[in-house]
Amino acid sequence: MTEPASLRSRQPRFRGLEAGHRACQGCGEALAARLVTESAGPDVILTNATGCLEVFTTPWPQSAWRVPWLHSLFENSAAIASGVEAALKAQGRRTKVIAMGGDGGTFDIGFQALSGMLERMHNVLYVCYDNEAYMNTGIQRSSSTPHAAMTTTSPPGKNRMGKRHMKKDLLSIIAAHHVPYAASASVAYPQDLRRKVRRAMEIEGPTFLLVHSPCPLGWGHDGTLSIEIARLGVQTGLFPLIELERGEVASVMPIRNPVPVVEYLKRQGRFRHLFSDGDHRAREEREHLQALADYNIERYGLKGDGDDPLDTDGADTVRRGGPART
Amino acid sequence: MLEALEGSQAIARAVALCRPGVVAAYPITPQTHIVENLSKLVADGRLETELVSVESEFSAASVALGASAAGSRAYTASSSQGILLMAEVLFNISGMRLPVVLTCANRALGAPINIWNDHADSMAVRDCGWIQLHCANNQEAVDTSIQAFRIAEATELPVMVCVDGFVLTHTLETLEMPDQKLVDAYLPPFRFSRMLDPKHPLSLGTLVGPEYFAETRQAHHRALLDSVGAILEADRAWQAATGRSCGGLLTVEGPEDARIGVLAMGSLVSTFEEAMEVLPGRKKAKLIKLRAFRPFPDEALRHVCEGLTDLVVVDRAISTGFGGVLGGEVRSALLEMKKAPKVHNVALGLGGRDVPMEMWPRLLAVPKEVEGFRILDLDPAKLEPADL
Ligand SMILES: Cc1ncc(C[n+]2csc(CCOP(=O)(O)OP(=O)(O)O)c2C)c(N)n1
Ligand code: SF4
Ligand SMILES: [Mg+2]
Repeated sequence: MTEPASLRSRQPRFRGLEAGHRACQGCGEALAARLVTESAGPDVILTNATGCLEVFTTPWPQSAWRVPWLHSLFENSAAIASGVEAALKAQGRRTKVIAMGGDGGTFDIGFQALSGMLERMHNVLYVCYDNEAYMNTGIQRSSSTPHAAMTTTSPPGKNRMGKRHMKKDLLSIIAAHHVPYAASASVAYPQDLRRKVRRAMEIEGPTFLLVHSPCPLGWGHDGTLSIEIARLGVQTGLFPLIELERGEVASVMPIRNPVPVVEYLKRQGRFRHLFSDGDHRAREEREHLQALADYNIERYGLKGDGDDPLDTDGADTVRRGGPART
Repeated sequence: MLEALEGSQAIARAVALCRPGVVAAYPITPQTHIVENLSKLVADGRLETELVSVESEFSAASVALGASAAGSRAYTASSSQGILLMAEVLFNISGMRLPVVLTCANRALGAPINIWNDHADSMAVRDCGWIQLHCANNQEAVDTSIQAFRIAEATELPVMVCVDGFVLTHTLETLEMPDQKLVDAYLPPFRFSRMLDPKHPLSLGTLVGPEYFAETRQAHHRALLDSVGAILEADRAWQAATGRSCGGLLTVEGPEDARIGVLAMGSLVSTFEEAMEVLPGRKKAKLIKLRAFRPFPDEALRHVCEGLTDLVVVDRAISTGFGGVLGGEVRSALLEMKKAPKVHNVALGLGGRDVPMEMWPRLLAVPKEVEGFRILDLDPAKLEPADL
């Protein structure tokens, strides 16, 4: 039989993260981790902060990982990765170390360890799966939670409209470490994500990847909509896809047709309170979020000029013979 | 060869002799001289190791954890607040059964902030699942540091080597540094059975639910109890190689027929040994040096307490609201004896208060003075009457 499907199934494809783990349906983090490990290949050692990814992949005596994997605590993924990398160096081994963490383990509690790892120039790729809240403990706000989003610790009410503070601009802080390479990516653009992983893998030194990863449970949407919502996150300008080299912006994914943020917001339960009729605060917050998206578009020059095979509409179009990229 | 070395310098050199693959430590008084000396050894090309200049003790311990899991001999050192900042990682290192070695330059815990010696720090993490060995002098600190790697790697348990801050770390002592050949023969290269390696991908540090958790604890507990054998073996082999023993789990000295015993850990033991030599009334008591606090050597302890009527247990830390931790543990260990000595528990030398030799006769009078627990060297004039 040479059915295309069976041909595909016989193609050798490396899987670092196996199927059968216990993530929710449509989990962006699970998809992102699969894409990252697939692109990185088998010669890696992973470290993982406490969080959903750690929990749903390793319920003893099972593990979904096909590559060596080390979990210790919520806030030390970067530090144990530093130790692993130092040991590999001492032993003359060239295996690449990939540290992983959620936004809580990266933006918040593990931030100091991450900064230390970057400053000391460890040869580690740090990947943050950004689902914009502490999902593993039941959807609490993190410093990565978008402004106005509802979480269990930033609930809307008479005196509040969800999270009061802004999403921390982590990439700029990473950039201030002048690391060779840092980028943002999204599960909605797997080709782009793969390319960024491979790029980082080739660099000797600290690199950083922030992957926007929808969480159907925490964001309040159907699991089948994860990719669509992630794509809207990029197309609205709320989650810009950029690459930084030594702290300078080196490239961005242009937005072909910027989409109004309400298209992104209205599909997610976490922004439901921004659509309550007659609440002037809701309108204000929507405008506020639109202004943030506009600011991103302006700041990074995201507005493309004309159709581009690598812009937000071109980059996820599958072409015969692969994507139109060298 | 005998050399006059500062404790910290001697410890750093002993660690270097063990050829650690990765070293990570963060400065804190009175541990700082150890990390400084190690840095200098690296700078001078006398120690080939990956020295990771971490941004905190938390990361120091985490780096050691990662390095050990990746198959390198890993070392760290800290003290006081640094040990507490590491606490979460310490439990992790032992729970994952990683043979890391750590020097704890024992120091008080704040508040009030106090940089001087007592045992509050290592006591605060007594349940962290590490082997804890105390050193009576700097020769023991050197010898125990080297033995620690052998014990850790034989048992896949981490070892904390406790040395009294300042009293040992900052004191010049004439001691014997072993040579490299001897240490190489004593300590074969580290091979870790569960090393992170893409050729044999393992998942370390997985989630363990109620259906397996108690068993992991039992296995860990069993390993610590059984580490008694490795501790004794390491000391015997060291004695065979150097002629020096650190006393295994514990030692006892003093007249056979003494009815009073005094039990202490760390440098106080040396102070009391000296006192027994030079002060009158020395013949009256046995001195028990407890070297291994974890695993707690209750059987050996009962053995050396045979024939005693009173045992004075000297703590250098206090579990507020309870008393001395060591005192409590000794008391419970002795319960199983047919004729157990009466235990009198005192704390001495908290926050670096000097414990002079003259304290020895005072200790011998404790059985008549102290029921239960008391801080013995208090100055009542400095206390509100209500606090006494
Ligand atoms: C020191 C410490 N504090 C709190 C926790 C509880 N905790 C575990 S995972 C988690 C949140 C994880 O959030 P994130 O890093 O964003 O990962 P996610 O689950 O969203 O993927 C928290 C608060 C912990 N394990 N350790
Ligand atoms: S809660 Fe969210 S992040 Fe966690 S497994 Fe489910 S979808 Fe994934
Ligand atoms: Mg999260």
